[in-house]
Amino acid sequence: MNPSPFLSFRGITKSFPAVLANDCIDLDIYGGEIHALLGENGAGKSTLMKILYGFYRADAGEIIVNGEPVNIRSPKDARRYRIGMVFQDFILIPALTVAENIALFLPDLPFVLDSDSIIKRIEELSERYSLRVNPGAPVWQLSVGERQKVELLKLLLADTKILILDEPTRSLAPHETAGLFQVLANLRRDGYAVTVITHKMKEVLEYADRITVMRRGKIAGTLPVAEATESRLVSLMFGKAVAESPKTRGEATFEEGMLLLELRGVRTQPEGSGMGIKDINLTVRSGEIVGIAGVSGNGQRELGDVVLGMERCQRGKKFIKGEDATHWSVARIRSSGTAFIPEDPLGMAAFPWLSIQENMAMADTSRYARYGGLSMDWGTVRSDLQASLKRLGFTIPPVYVPLGILSGGNIQRMILAREMAHDPRLIVAFYPTRGLDVQSAVAAREVFLNSRDRGAGILFISEDLDELFALSDRLIVMLRGEIVASGKPREFTMQEIGYLMTGSRAEGGQNG
Amino acid sequence: MSDILLISILSGAVLSGTPLLYATLSEMLSERTGVINLGLEGIMLIGAVVGFVTTVKTGNHALGIIAAAFAGALFNMIFAFMVITRKANQLASGLALMFCGVGLSALIGAPFIGSRIEGLGAIAIPLLSDIPFLGRVFFNYDILVYLAIPTAVVIWWFLFKTRWGLSLRAVGENPTAAYAAGKNPYLLQYQVLFIAGLLGGIAGAHLSLALAHTWAEWMTAGRGFFAVALVIFAKWHPLRAIAGALLFGGAISLQLQMQAQGVPVSSFLLDMLPYVLSLVVLALWGGARRSAVPGSLGRVFQGTE
Amino acid sequence: MDKGLGIKGMFRHKWVAAIIRFCGLMGIAMAVFALVLLIFGQNPLRAYADIFKATLGTAYGFSEVLVKMIPLVLTALAVAIPSRIWLINVGGEGQLFIGALFATWGALQFNGLSIWLLLPLISFLGFLGGGLWALISGFLRIKGWASETISTLLMNYVAILLVSFFVFGPWKDPESANYPQSAPFPDAAILPTFFGSRVHLGAVLAIAGLLLFYFVMSRTRWGLEMRAMGINQEGARRTGIPTYRYILLLMFIGGGMAGLAGMGEVSAIHGQLRPSLSPGLGYTGFLISWITMGSPLGIIAAAFLISIITAGGDILQMTHRIPAAAIHILMSLVLFVVLARSTGKRGKR
Repeated sequence: MNPSPFLSFRGITKSFPAVLANDCIDLDIYGGEIHALLGENGAGKSTLMKILYGFYRADAGEIIVNGEPVNIRSPKDARRYRIGMVFQDFILIPALTVAENIALFLPDLPFVLDSDSIIKRIEELSERYSLRVNPGAPVWQLSVGERQKVELLKLLLADTKILILDEPTRSLAPHETAGLFQVLANLRRDGYAVTVITHKMKEVLEYADRITVMRRGKIAGTLPVAEATESRLVSLMFGKAVAESPKTRGEATFEEGMLLLELRGVRTQPEGSGMGIKDINLTVRSGEIVGIAGVSGNGQRELGDVVLGMERCQRGKKFIKGEDATHWSVARIRSSGTAFIPEDPLGMAAFPWLSIQENMAMADTSRYARYGGLSMDWGTVRSDLQASLKRLGFTIPPVYVPLGILSGGNIQRMILAREMAHDPRLIVAFYPTRGLDVQSAVAAREVFLNSRDRGAGILFISEDLDELFALSDRLIVMLRGEIVASGKPREFTMQEIGYLMTGSRAEGGQNG
Repeated sequence: MSDILLISILSGAVLSGTPLLYATLSEMLSERTGVINLGLEGIMLIGAVVGFVTTVKTGNHALGIIAAAFAGALFNMIFAFMVITRKANQLASGLALMFCGVGLSALIGAPFIGSRIEGLGAIAIPLLSDIPFLGRVFFNYDILVYLAIPTAVVIWWFLFKTRWGLSLRAVGENPTAAYAAGKNPYLLQYQVLFIAGLLGGIAGAHLSLALAHTWAEWMTAGRGFFAVALVIFAKWHPLRAIAGALLFGGAISLQLQMQAQGVPVSSFLLDMLPYVLSLVVLALWGGARRSAVPGSLGRVFQGTE
Repeated sequence: MDKGLGIKGMFRHKWVAAIIRFCGLMGIAMAVFALVLLIFGQNPLRAYADIFKATLGTAYGFSEVLVKMIPLVLTALAVAIPSRIWLINVGGEGQLFIGALFATWGALQFNGLSIWLLLPLISFLGFLGGGLWALISGFLRIKGWASETISTLLMNYVAILLVSFFVFGPWKDPESANYPQSAPFPDAAILPTFFGSRVHLGAVLAIAGLLLFYFVMSRTRWGLEMRAMGINQEGARRTGIPTYRYILLLMFIGGGMAGLAGMGEVSAIHGQLRPSLSPGLGYTGFLISWITMGSPLGIIAAAFLISIITAGGDILQMTHRIPAAAIHILMSLVLFVVLARSTGKRGKR
């Protein structure tokens, strides 16, 4: 390992309205090393790296490159110091080709572009680091994993030495993740400084050389991997050891509960870069949690949208509580007792400029309308909201303020309270704990279990296999829009599900 | 149809299509960087009046054209300041710019109403213009006509073959991504809007100097908006814009000829055709899997932080 | 109580600040225009004095300002109503023309009806015409074929040409030698005016439209649903709001408002259909709606201001011999300073 760091942070401080995102951070980054920056969501990892990349400016502190303090005010400055970043949401331009996206990024190209030589350079490099992509393809045709490769190629071709990856494994399949780790190892071999921002503890132990844990805007500790254990990392991440594991639960007792949802041979039209679902047969009964495992983008969103009535069935039928609901509107499906917790509550369910009580009323506007809609019964809205929040054990915020001023976690709680307010029979929940801190995630899981025990049926879509195994009564694996396996959780090992999710091996408990 | 008639329709198409092509290229460049400019009408009016007044005063057409181009570019800088620096809404700012151009050109041009100038001289290309029939149609025009198609080709080359063009397209698709790639979206948009202003000014100058030989209030008569339609018709591609401008120019010219011949077809219904056609084209492409519309068209880049 | 007073005080303070800021902006615009007038050899102080005298100085002048306001309020509503769910209607101009076209058809076709039947009929037809014209764009939008911004813009020209087609062709009044215009309206199709001025019944329609718009948006279930849609369309769909129906409905109502403006102009002001019906009223309405973010009071205030300015154009032409169109410079300057002030971020309305 190099004795002197490529780059150092000294006393970096950055605050946003109401949040101190970085509090006097000191950190060194070395060449030939994979450095993991570990922490919960909101711990300040991304902010720190965005300061380094010139997206944000620090309120105080300095960044030192080669012993000299530097002033990084834009990504352009960052790149001058050979710093490159792969963002969580890739910033590629879908309409342009791979080669164009890469050329856009290269500083040393002549004014007139020579596309042949660019393509040749891309191919050479992709060979060396096993980052295979087709340079002529427009980016919108590529998969998530391929886009990540393009991002890396871009940085490598631009002669970056300090690479930052923000949650790189978030939407990768297990074998793609393994591939990525191999790429990172190759980069380390060639002397690059690799920094990975992540909250996935297990992975960190696999690939990192050194682990820095951040908590609430501060560095909680730095460990070489040899000294790191899961329990040490957990206590650094969360302060005190948190009893985190979800309550393990007994076998389902509602084996023959009422049929709440049934899909028979449902198929949808593939749209844009998404894929349709193909010939899905699925049931959800009262008193069971049906977990859907799969790498995101394999038809889960479409499945949820079909259930909610957002997307039309091209073929097949949908039954809710025994009634043919194939052509029901979203409003009708919701008023029949269906709740929907989307993957991105702020974007897909919340109305930030409306007050909290108005957001609550949006759950079912017809329920609260008076005089045929000429006015609204705000008293009932408030009492329903308070009752629901109390049931969930959440604190009650002031109801007249705009929802948007709440924190992300509180917005998610609000949406949860709204959706669970009228004791739904059928719940479709997408990654409902993603983005929640550990405590809230535990509370949310609790809510689902309680509601199941009261007889609701839950379609639980998640990428987190631990969570799926802990909660589900039945597990279904989706791949490329199809159900490739289904059965009770104990009939599978996690490894098997992982392979099924990625299509590496087609066997498994096939008794759905 | 007689040869004479055909020749006049075809050469009319080329003449009417020329200002359309310059205007379309102007709008297309803007939209390629994500800026929709409804003020093009105003820019063209400024170009038309400044070109005309300069020519009246100096008697020099070349000076008139240059003055028109720079007047258009400077005038467009008002719009650029509004939408880039002040981040104002593009549609509203564009319409305000249009009104400003209408007013300012009326004020500048008022003393010159009724003056006439000699039209921008046609340059017959030696030998080629002597070819029977074709020579008259293709090789006997003013300088701006000859330069129109090369301008489109040059713009195409810049857009698709140079680093600058790539950056510009990237800004139009996703300014945040372009920013992350180390480009300065604001600077690029200013550059492009300046060039778009030059082109808009030239389009106006061609109207007053080569077609009308005079100045009249609001003489562009909606050609600026016509260009917005044409950009859609051309699917944001400079080379397709050539065909589109000729086609739409042809429609104008055909309509004029039919009126002159007393053919009993309403010119108004014919005039609608380009707009309806653009709408149909837009709808057809809009329904396709990926449309050619620049990704961030009409949005305001808020920067980061 | 203390807190209540504090908030009230803050409001008073905010209002004062807003008014001062507005006067400052107006001052900038007027100063720049004064400079332009100076360059062109006019006396700006006299010009402003003349404009003021001729508009606010006399009862007649004031009534003429109100007359000019009527179509502007309606076309501004045509933009403000759909803008609540983020539909950008640039087609007020075309919808106004089609409204006028429909109203003219009704007035000429049913010229035997009594005023009690004919006025409601042509108002309805005007609304219907503008509404249907806008509905085409709404339809293209929900089909995902074309954004309403572009389609309403393109259809403006189609509408104007369509009106030209009728007044130059089938509807041309044989009595009027060469002027392209329709036959004059029967008396029963002329909107009544008030107090001996030209202020016509359209004013009542405009105010009713504004009040209804405000009431529906702030008090009712539909207002809540529309506000929610305006903030998060995807979220609204997922909570079961019939978003497509709202898109069509609001395009229709918005277009209908512009259609009413066209009906008012053709019936009360021109008394017959002419292609020169509107000097960009639809676009001006768009700008009014935009600079006021669609607030009802703001629309009234801005329409009043713009009406004074445009009335000033004719005055300058008469007294200073500069083209009437030159007043567009002042109007655009006002718009520029107001547009430049807001950062283009919406949401806090």
